[in-house]
Formats: sequence, structure tokens, C-alpha cells
Amino acid sequence: MPLTPVLTKRWTLDQPWTIQTYEANEGYAAARKALTEMQPLDVIGMVKDSGLRGRGGAGFPTGMKWDFIPKGDGKPHYLVVNADEGEPGTCKDTPLMMTDPHSLLEGMVIASYAIGCNHAFIYLRGELVHAGRRLEAAIAEAYAAGYLGTNIFGTGYDLELTLHRGAGAYICGEETALLDSLEGYRGQPRLRPPFPAIAGLYACPTVVNNVETIASVPFIVGGGVEWWKSMGTEKSPGPKIFSVSGHVERPGQYEVPLGTTARELIMDIAGGIKGGGELKAWTPGGSSTPMLTAEHLDTTLDFEGVAAAGSLLGTAAIMVMDQSVCIVKTCLRLTEFYAHESCGKCTPCREGTYWMVQILDRLERGVGDESDITTLLDTCDNIFGRSFCALGDGATSPIVSGIKYFRDEFVAHYEQGGCPIAADAVPVGAQS
Amino acid sequence: MPLTDQTRARAREIVARYPKARSALLPMLHLVQSEEGFVSAEGVGLCAEVLGLTKAEVGAVATFYTMYKRRPCGDFLVSVCTNLSCQLLGGEQIYAELKAHLGVGHDETTEDGTITFEHAECLAACDFAPVVTVNYEFYDFQTPESAKALVEAIQRGERPKPTRGDDLVTFRDIEAQLAGFGPGAPATPGSAPAATALRAEGVSVGSTSGTGEGGL
Repeated sequence: MPLTPVLTKRWTLDQPWTIQTYEANEGYAAARKALTEMQPLDVIGMVKDSGLRGRGGAGFPTGMKWDFIPKGDGKPHYLVVNADEGEPGTCKDTPLMMTDPHSLLEGMVIASYAIGCNHAFIYLRGELVHAGRRLEAAIAEAYAAGYLGTNIFGTGYDLELTLHRGAGAYICGEETALLDSLEGYRGQPRLRPPFPAIAGLYACPTVVNNVETIASVPFIVGGGVEWWKSMGTEKSPGPKIFSVSGHVERPGQYEVPLGTTARELIMDIAGGIKGGGELKAWTPGGSSTPMLTAEHLDTTLDFEGVAAAGSLLGTAAIMVMDQSVCIVKTCLRLTEFYAHESCGKCTPCREGTYWMVQILDRLERGVGDESDITTLLDTCDNIFGRSFCALGDGATSPIVSGIKYFRDEFVAHYEQGGCPIAADAVPVGAQS
Repeated sequence: MPLTDQTRARAREIVARYPKARSALLPMLHLVQSEEGFVSAEGVGLCAEVLGLTKAEVGAVATFYTMYKRRPCGDFLVSVCTNLSCQLLGGEQIYAELKAHLGVGHDETTEDGTITFEHAECLAACDFAPVVTVNYEFYDFQTPESAKALVEAIQRGERPKPTRGDDLVTFRDIEAQLAGFGPGAPATPGSAPAATALRAEGVSVGSTSGTGEGGL
């Protein structure tokens, strides 16, 4: 099965994170081309033509996002990279920043130039201290080499870059909460409109992009639109890093073209189900995307294909569960996560996630009843589309999809007065 | 420990990194923890003074984020991921056994002040599951036994080498890094090349177990 190492192609080189390795492998050539041979609008046009879609979960067209930034408005413009990786199952940006931090920095130089930004930020998840050290060193190298700072490539273009570390809050991955956090406030989402492109950081036009999105940009500028679009599908072009974890033989980061099937990725590339087990459920894009089952293995992993199967590509984080997994327990654990991470700003999410934990807990303990399933679905219905941001919507995904595909298992919990799975299955980790 | 003029000077250095002063608040709270081991009342006062905010405004921010500790944190913060990918491979069992072993629960500190214990949400290392972090440095592919051996070594005064990342330092030292006052030097020569830590097939880094900062 074809892996397509593009963003990951330097990961196996000797000390790929150093500027020497990076420069010896086409590093900063795309930034030089963009700044010396292209106008900002041409860069935006190229990214638009490439069809690049955001890699942080929503899949919004990147070039369009950049084009929303007003031109000639006289205000400072900002680029903020969302490096607050934390969607359960997602672990692609961290190794990208550890192995190839300069690809992120080069992408930031190009993107900042395109949108007229002279001060860019990386909002790094606080817990990722090792990635923080790596980025700090790379930023220092880039300044010393003249890729950051004043008069880059002798063009008169200036760019400052600040690394900002968070302090532990999943919600700060939501772009407006991230901006509030970067401004020194509690990380709570903002009402939109106005969108960040009009009033973002410090109420100025701002682009917020995921790490992988920005790291794709030098490859597009360097390799060209046609080459980029030769991978993936018409509406979801390009390669994508998939994080595969859970009950598979070979968990890891796999870069394949968008449109690869889940069967190829899980059963072939990741080595199939751990210990020869049987697949029960999997998430296509992190815990906030509805889980799918073995029935959906032929789903193509692109934005359209996963949507057609009733879920979302999200962050392309495939969490694989075998038959030993209790879906009620899975829903409980994930709902505890959402309840902990709910910022408390809006009632449906704050109260809904709290009460769903109580209901799932009693179901899992075998003291629930039939009405609990109805109440869970009612509660989800009152959260989805009624919460302030996507965190609330995401919190409903495991529960609604869990009941849709595994209702019998929910029923068995209260009919049998306990977990039907725990009785005859030992978690894999407990055996080793 | 009273905060010093050096703390104030560093706080002002942080302010200089940003177009607007208030953006300095998050790193400044990390700076407070690097001196005090938690967000102390005095530290809240210092942030308020430097940024021209009220203590209530600073407190509202400090209490929002998980990494800011309201009580003195032990020298070593041991976090066990119990989110889905780690749970599937035994994260909850590790948490339960460490809890019994240490005799403290979530967000509690051992009597000798060495270890503060907590369960953590997804730490973005799902392909290395189950993971435990100590002062946010990763120890990959843990079992209840390896995790117990890890905390026992720490309690004996040793500093076991993380699977990835630099040498293990104290909570206060890592908080200084989080405030932007870390070593900041480029990767040290001699750290293991990633190529030896990565598997040959190019992009699958699933079973990486690099040593030193060279690993993933």
C-alpha cells in the first residue's frame, strides 16, 4: 500500500530538526521563491488552487481563509498557528514539530507574507514541553539565518515570531478560545461573527491555522499545484497524516493520500487488529467524530467520504477498538473528558456534559434503566447545535453513534445489572 | 519563598514579547510557579501589579487552566493518561495501581512532598500508549509495573531518563521553561539520531523509542 511521505519525508533523516539538515533538503527554498518571485496575492491564489483544506478538524479551504483578510486596511494582521494538539487520538502535530520544526516555520513565513502579517504566533499546548524546546531552538536558528526578523531575503519584508505556551485547556484548540487565551484571558470561545479574519487577535484581522496545514504550504509552493493535486481526491486533495492508535498491531503516524480507505489504513498499513482480534468500532477523526464500525471499513478517508458514512474526518485520528471494549464505558470515559474540558460559558454544554456523565455512570454500573437511553439522546439533542462552540457538538458524537450502533449493549447493562463486556473480557493492557 | 526583583524583571521581559501586555499573563503565571511551586497569592499579586490588572482578574485566569496548581505541587508531577487510546491499552489500570502504591489520589501530594499525582486527559501521544508523564516529560508504553518502578526510582532520588525529551528536571525548573526561560539551546550533539529511533518504512513512527531529545 502506497504511503506518500511528503510532510513526513524528512522525519527519518539524521537530526532532521536542525537547520543544516533542513537546508540540505530543500529547506527554505519555497519561502525564498514566494518572497522573491511571487506577490502575496499570487501565494494566496496558489494555495486556493491547490485545494488545501485545514488539517485541524474542520477542513475549511485554507486559501479562502487567507483571502478573507482585508487588503490595505492599515491594521496589523496576525497569523496564529494552532499547536494546541489535544483532540483524543490525535498525535500528528507533536511529532511534526519534533522532527521537522523548520517546515512549520517556513510555512509561517510564506503564510505571513501572503496575508501581510509582521508578527506571527505559535500557540503551543503547554504540556508539550519537549516540542517547546525543539521549536525554541528552531526559531533561534531561523532568526540567526535570516529567515525570521528584518529584511528577509533582502526583500524588505519583516517577520517576528513568538512562541506562546498554553496552560492546559482542550478548549483552547477552538480558534476563538485560543485567541482569548493568547490575549491573557480564560480560554472561552467568542461569539461569531465577527470572524477572526475581521476581528481576531487584538481585534485585528487574523488567520488561525493548524500546524499540519501551515507545514503543507512550503510543499505546495515548492512542488506546485498540479503535483499536490495528483494526490488525494478532487475535493480533498493532497496527502494527510493519520494518527492510528488503540487496538492495532502497529500504532503510528501514517501519511497517505486523502481518499485511502479505512480498511487499507487499519487492516493493512497499521497491521490489523491487535493480537488477531476482531474490530468493533473506530473513530475517523478523534473522539469528537461519530464512531463507525466494521461495516464502514470501505469508507474512503477524505472529507466527503467520511461525511457520507455519517461521521467526520476531523483530525484524521483513528482510534481502534476491538471486541473487548465496552461502548458504554467508552462513552462514559469520553464524556468525563468533555465535562472536564467544557469551559462553562454556555449552559447546554456545561450542564449537559455533567448530567450525561451521571447517567452513563449509572448505566455502566448496571443500575440504570430504559429511560436513561432516551434521556441521553434527548440531552444530546439539546446540546448539538445549541452550544456555543463545537466542543458541545463533539461531546454528543460518541453517545449518539454509540447508541446508534450498539443499542443492545446499552440495554444489556440495565437488563443484566452490570457490564456484559467486563464480565468476560480482560483489557489488553492488564494482561501484559 | 518571597518573590524577588529578578522575578519582576523576568515578568517585564515576558511583557516585551507581545504587542499587548496582557498576553504575558499565561507565561507569567508559569513564571510564578517556577518560583513558588504553585500559583501563590503573592504571585497573583505580582502579575496584577505588573499588568495593571486586579487580583480577581488574574485569579479568574489562573483557576481556568489545569496546569496552574492552587496548592504547592510536589517536585515531580506524575500524570497518567486515562483518555481513550491509553485506556484501551491499560491506562486506567496504571492509574489505579499507582494510586494505591503512592497512597494519594488525584491532585494530591505524597507526605514527603516529592510527588503530586494526577490523571490526565489525552496527552497527544496515543501511538505510544499507555503513557505517563513526569513534569510533562514522556515515559512511553507503560505497564503498572514499569510505572511503579518509575515512581519508586523518583522517590529514591533518582531521575529516570524520559523516553523522549530531555533529562528530567523538577516541577519548578520545567515551569521556568514554560515561561520561556529554559535552556533554549539547539539540540545537543550526541543525542540519539532520529533515524535510529524511527522505523525504516519512512513515516510510521509508531514504535519510536528514542533516547534523549533526539527521539520523538
